[in-house]
Amino acid sequence: MTATAATDLPLWPASTLDHGPFALLDEEQRHRLVGPVTRVRLPTGVPAWLVTRHADVRQVLRHPGFSADLERPGFPLVRPLPPQSESGRQGAFIRMDGEEHSRLRRMLTAEFMIKNVRRIEPLIQQTVDGALADLAAAGPPADLVETFALPVPSIVICHLLGVPYADHDFFQVRSRTLLDRRTSPEVFRAHAQELRDYLHELVVARRGDTGGDDLISRLVRDRVVTGQLTVDELVGMALLLLVAGHETTANMIGLSTLLMLREPGRFAALRQSPHRAADLVEELLRYLSVVRTGLPRLALVDAEIGGQAIRAGEGVIAVLSLANRDPGVFDDPEEFDPYRQAHQHLAFGFGVHQCIGQPLARAELRIALLGLADRFPTLRAEVGPQQVSTRDTSVVFGLNSLPVTW
Amino acid sequence: MSQVGVVRVAVDRGSCCGSGNCVVAAPEVFDQDDTDGLVLLLRPDPPPEAADRVRRAVETCPAGAIHLTSTTGP
Ligand code: SF4
Repeated sequence: MTATAATDLPLWPASTLDHGPFALLDEEQRHRLVGPVTRVRLPTGVPAWLVTRHADVRQVLRHPGFSADLERPGFPLVRPLPPQSESGRQGAFIRMDGEEHSRLRRMLTAEFMIKNVRRIEPLIQQTVDGALADLAAAGPPADLVETFALPVPSIVICHLLGVPYADHDFFQVRSRTLLDRRTSPEVFRAHAQELRDYLHELVVARRGDTGGDDLISRLVRDRVVTGQLTVDELVGMALLLLVAGHETTANMIGLSTLLMLREPGRFAALRQSPHRAADLVEELLRYLSVVRTGLPRLALVDAEIGGQAIRAGEGVIAVLSLANRDPGVFDDPEEFDPYRQAHQHLAFGFGVHQCIGQPLARAELRIALLGLADRFPTLRAEVGPQQVSTRDTSVVFGLNSLPVTW
Repeated sequence: MSQVGVVRVAVDRGSCCGSGNCVVAAPEVFDQDDTDGLVLLLRPDPPPEAADRVRRAVETCPAGAIHLTSTTGP
């Protein structure tokens, strides 16, 4: 598999710069890329299989023979990554397979289970209320991303982890760099290290303080002190949660608001039927699918996906966003239908790596949107969907800003 | 499309990844263990009216940890 052999293949991720924030591909790209498993070329020059159908994406992501470990030779990287130090890799369970992965993930499953998220709903509500007050104080007009969409999940994840929100500029800037495909390997490495150093200091400080009621304190007390988890592993886990906790939900709140504002009456309908907000959230997740460019995997065994033979050693990109618009699963998939039952969507991924924070993300999105609908009944976007500034090179798609008025 | 039938359910905690999708789909049948967040089967013999929700749990379980051990009826 050489880079030269791949030059005639279509490029993935495909450029979507002109499509606005809601269309995933243009007609021509759709024709070439969507449907049966096809061969594409990644920006690194490496070829990979593109998997876009709902059933095929599920099959890949649930298959134990497809690895998520990007250190393996042949892994389909969409950007060059710097060589990782041994400690830099520790704890990054989303890039691990099998037992190694489940040992670490299972230390977190109880933290994020539905019951616990229900328990912290008052905290989410309080955070949303605070951000709504900030929004009211900032405008009209105001930037909804900066004043509302980003602070809400950021404050909540900081609180859960036990990371001081006062440092948010420091880790928000670095979270963004890590997710941006244009970031050079050197800057990536430097920012990842700075985040690790920051969290390392925090974890070490918790060792002397045994009373804390936050996730880092609990893991120090129950796992590090008992020898089940190393400090480096805990740092890596906290890093993942901090980055993921920031960007995904923040971008969902920003994009969701823009989408809701496209048609008058959508927020009013939400205000009138708050009990339907949970269905609305599922459709927003399906339609917006912020992890747009897909999840990369490396085949460790020969497999057949969607009728295509895939050989051990070949890379696969499972595209959640396109699977979420599979017409075989969703009627009129290109239409946003606020109250369709979209529960089969794959916005959180699938398989053993499926987003561990999904109950939290759902609750944040629901409470944030209900809060906005309630507090700002006359909310409007000051720009059309074609004018908004989007994050096109990020692993997590979203808006850079959303000017709103009321 | 409602499928009526009797289902018996089994779960495999060894493969569960604690996503909680089963609890969302059928809260009367599944719960998550307080200590580890992994699936707890509340009712291996769910009532017929829960059958569709149980099937949805099987379908949305990301880890393939829920199995129907027998089904009867159309
Ligand atoms: S849906 Fe599957 S993986 Fe998720 S908690 Fe239930 S059994 Fe476990």
